[in-house]
Amino acid sequence: MSVEIKTSSVSTIRNTYSHIKRRFGDKPATRYQEASYDIEPTHNFHYKPLWDPQKSLNDPSRTAIKMKDWYAISDPRQFYYGAYVGSRAKMQENAESSFKFCEKRDLISSLDESIHHKLLKYLVPFRHLNQSANMNNSMVAADSIATTVAQAHIYQAMDHLGIGQYLSRIALMIDGNTGTALHTSKAFWMDDPMWQPMRKLAEDSMVVSDWFESTLLQNLLIDKVLFSFAYEALDEWFSEMGARDVGMLTEFMRDWNKDTTRWIIAVIKTAVAESDYNKETIQAWVNHWEPRVFEALEPIALETVGKESLSKIQAELAALLKKTGLQSTGATS
Amino acid sequence: MSQYVFIAFQDNENARYLVEAISEDNPHAEIEHQPAMIRIQADKRLVITRETMEEKLNREWDVQEMLLDVISIGGNVDEDDDHFILSWN
Amino acid sequence: MTATKKLNLKQKYQYLTRDMDWEPSYQKKSDIFPHEDFEGIKIVDWDGWEDPFRLTMDSYWKYQAEKEKKLYAIFDAFAQNNGHQNISDARYVNSLKLFLSGVSPLEYAAFQGYSKVGRQFSGAGARVACQMQAIDELRHSQTQQHAMSHYNKHFNGLHDAPLMHDRVWFLSVPKSFFDDARSAGPFEFLTAISFSFEYVLTNLLFVPFMSGAAYNGDMATVTFGFSAQSDEARHMTLGLEIIKFMLEQHEDNVPIVQKWIDKWFWRGFRLLSLVSMMMDYMLPNKVMSWQEAWEVYYEQSGGALFKELARYGIKPPKYQDVANAAKEHISHQLWTTFYQYGQATNFHTWIPKEEEMEWLAEKYPNTFDKYYRPRFEHWEKEHKKGNRFYNNTLPQLCQVCQVPVLFTKTEDPTAFSHCDTVHEGERYHFCSEACGEIFADEPAKYVQAVLPVHQIYKGKCGGPDLPDVLTDHYHINIGEDNFDYVGSPDEKRWNEIKGIKPLNKDNDAA
Repeated sequence: MSVEIKTSSVSTIRNTYSHIKRRFGDKPATRYQEASYDIEPTHNFHYKPLWDPQKSLNDPSRTAIKMKDWYAISDPRQFYYGAYVGSRAKMQENAESSFKFCEKRDLISSLDESIHHKLLKYLVPFRHLNQSANMNNSMVAADSIATTVAQAHIYQAMDHLGIGQYLSRIALMIDGNTGTALHTSKAFWMDDPMWQPMRKLAEDSMVVSDWFESTLLQNLLIDKVLFSFAYEALDEWFSEMGARDVGMLTEFMRDWNKDTTRWIIAVIKTAVAESDYNKETIQAWVNHWEPRVFEALEPIALETVGKESLSKIQAELAALLKKTGLQSTGATS
Repeated sequence: MSQYVFIAFQDNENARYLVEAISEDNPHAEIEHQPAMIRIQADKRLVITRETMEEKLNREWDVQEMLLDVISIGGNVDEDDDHFILSWN
Repeated sequence: MTATKKLNLKQKYQYLTRDMDWEPSYQKKSDIFPHEDFEGIKIVDWDGWEDPFRLTMDSYWKYQAEKEKKLYAIFDAFAQNNGHQNISDARYVNSLKLFLSGVSPLEYAAFQGYSKVGRQFSGAGARVACQMQAIDELRHSQTQQHAMSHYNKHFNGLHDAPLMHDRVWFLSVPKSFFDDARSAGPFEFLTAISFSFEYVLTNLLFVPFMSGAAYNGDMATVTFGFSAQSDEARHMTLGLEIIKFMLEQHEDNVPIVQKWIDKWFWRGFRLLSLVSMMMDYMLPNKVMSWQEAWEVYYEQSGGALFKELARYGIKPPKYQDVANAAKEHISHQLWTTFYQYGQATNFHTWIPKEEEMEWLAEKYPNTFDKYYRPRFEHWEKEHKKGNRFYNNTLPQLCQVCQVPVLFTKTEDPTAFSHCDTVHEGERYHFCSEACGEIFADEPAKYVQAVLPVHQIYKGKCGGPDLPDVLTDHYHINIGEDNFDYVGSPDEKRWNEIKGIKPLNKDNDAA
């Protein structure tokens, strides 16, 4: 068998990998495409998992949501690993200089003790929700199908770990690195009646077994509601009390929210648009979880920013849900 | 019989200083140059010291910076602010 | 307020990771962590976990972004300067084909596996270490796609690696290895991948291979390889920590861990036989022989390690001596097998050049001239007569490691090592006693194996004839990706680049 090839030594013989060509045509591909499409195994899994013997390893039935092609869900940020860490490295550099600045000038430690108390009671305990968010996203990264979906969830898991670490550092600034403030804050999370519905929500989220339900609950419902509360409403509340500098230390979270909102909207929207069945299934999850998220937030909001803020947060979430093709239940608690 | 711990670095500018610092702090270490990498082994224990590195580099040096250049290790790891230690008990 | 005290690394890490965890009370712990107990590993206290590397996310992002920046700058420079023209010889690229289809998909499987265990453990320290490894493994899988992207534009055989990994016969060896680990429980997964593979064996894959890439002028591969290895130091430390942790937690864990070490050492050793062939035959400029690498990275380093673990009652892997004795043989046995089946691979095979045979004879004084050189000389003579030998009989695969029955007995290098057993009325074949033992321990698992040769017989791989299987099912472009290197389009292109006139023009591929 002989194959005639005519080439000059530097001209290429193909533009990209065959699996990329099948999807996007015979042209040079982007780094996001070559890193993210069709590199996940789909066939010939040798053994059923001992931890889930009814299913195979990369099994699309780990969610009730059905997609003809899971790669239809992609990341508007075009984050492959290199692009992701590049983005976060820039954000952390800014965060680091803010933390250093606050430390050097005692901007946090010199605040009134009553403000310290409020920070430890109302803001810092959210780091525990970062912990459950971290775990939920790690589960989704493992169980979801298609790299375009899975990779964004491990980024999300690590982001939550990082955010929890920034919140923890606020407490360490308050207690002069002794850990007592973290201890105080954790006691609110564990025992204060105001926090208990929220802690229950976190624990309930960790036993959700359908990964798409989990990403909807965690990355849209919980994250967006908590963001509006903790990093907008609460930020304003602290500012009004003269603790504007706290906002410097949560700037990372605001940057983060911008890009992750675009991403999760795209995820949910694509799945909803796929079929009426998907839309109904996801809507039923929204109907179930949205009131619970607000129930969990209500006691904290009432002690701090007040009831009107809750309505505003609700309206913001409703607008996001609308973008995905879903409807808010309208519940604020 | 010797029970070697080892560490291997990419052969680059940073590695020069690491190798200098390691040889100074671990006179018993054996240094072997291989294509594109440097492998250092020592019986039982090998330590990288922040202070020595900072002297060599004339700047502040975080122990975790070695993570940029390391290729492989063998031995129990003990890492703190001032040292990176590989050892067998 | 009190004066700020300086937190040491350990305390800081404790506050910034494990302290975020809490004891649940609204849901049962066993519902949140349903997979932690079924393997029988007893954990008395997760607080006994020593964090392998205390890297917080801010440092992680910073260091990793710095590594990526350097790496992609080199990829760009490599492509812009047509770096593929500076490699030692186009035969070298065949090791990359094997790597991209055999190893890169394992990086992806590791990403999935570590994401899973990063959720399964109730100890936050262990979870975070696993998650960090998960995202690192994703990195490796992606940087490898990017590093190989330029090669794929200039050489054959690299174009459809993930699909080939799922389907091509010999790639079921690496695939089943990782499927085996991922389908196990979380503690076995870490023993398999973090300890046996990453800690004990991975140096054999990466260090000589990357050194080999450097020696063969492949800047892109050296760079991604070493950059990936810099993450590996953290992964290896996790591997040693998980073993020590299990052993320290409860004495009942010792026999379970020992059994896993025995199993995964052997599974890993069989998998790495592919690397032995890469080192001894596929690198035109050779760095060290497989035997030398085995001696440094297994016999010496593994020796030190198992001496350390002896105080927990752990013995070296059961079939270590068989593996040690095989170091003079496996690369030759594997390459002579692939040579015969070069019509069904996504990489080229060839007869080593005379100076390479000299090198092999020098490195393997006890075995090469005696057992292997005569075969190559015979095949070369036939090839010159226009009779390139291809074996058209489908091989007998081992039910466990899925390598064809091609390795020989320790005491007799001319007799194949083989055994079989009957389980529930079916006969199963193995390459070795060790694989037979792994089967006997978990027959319900290994009877499920999807053996590629059986799939072909069952008609599940496209048409009935080999060319149909190759093109339709394996996506191997016949006459481009497969057959001998001599006469291949890769060779022709390379000769054009280098201005070499082929010596024997009539020596066509098939």
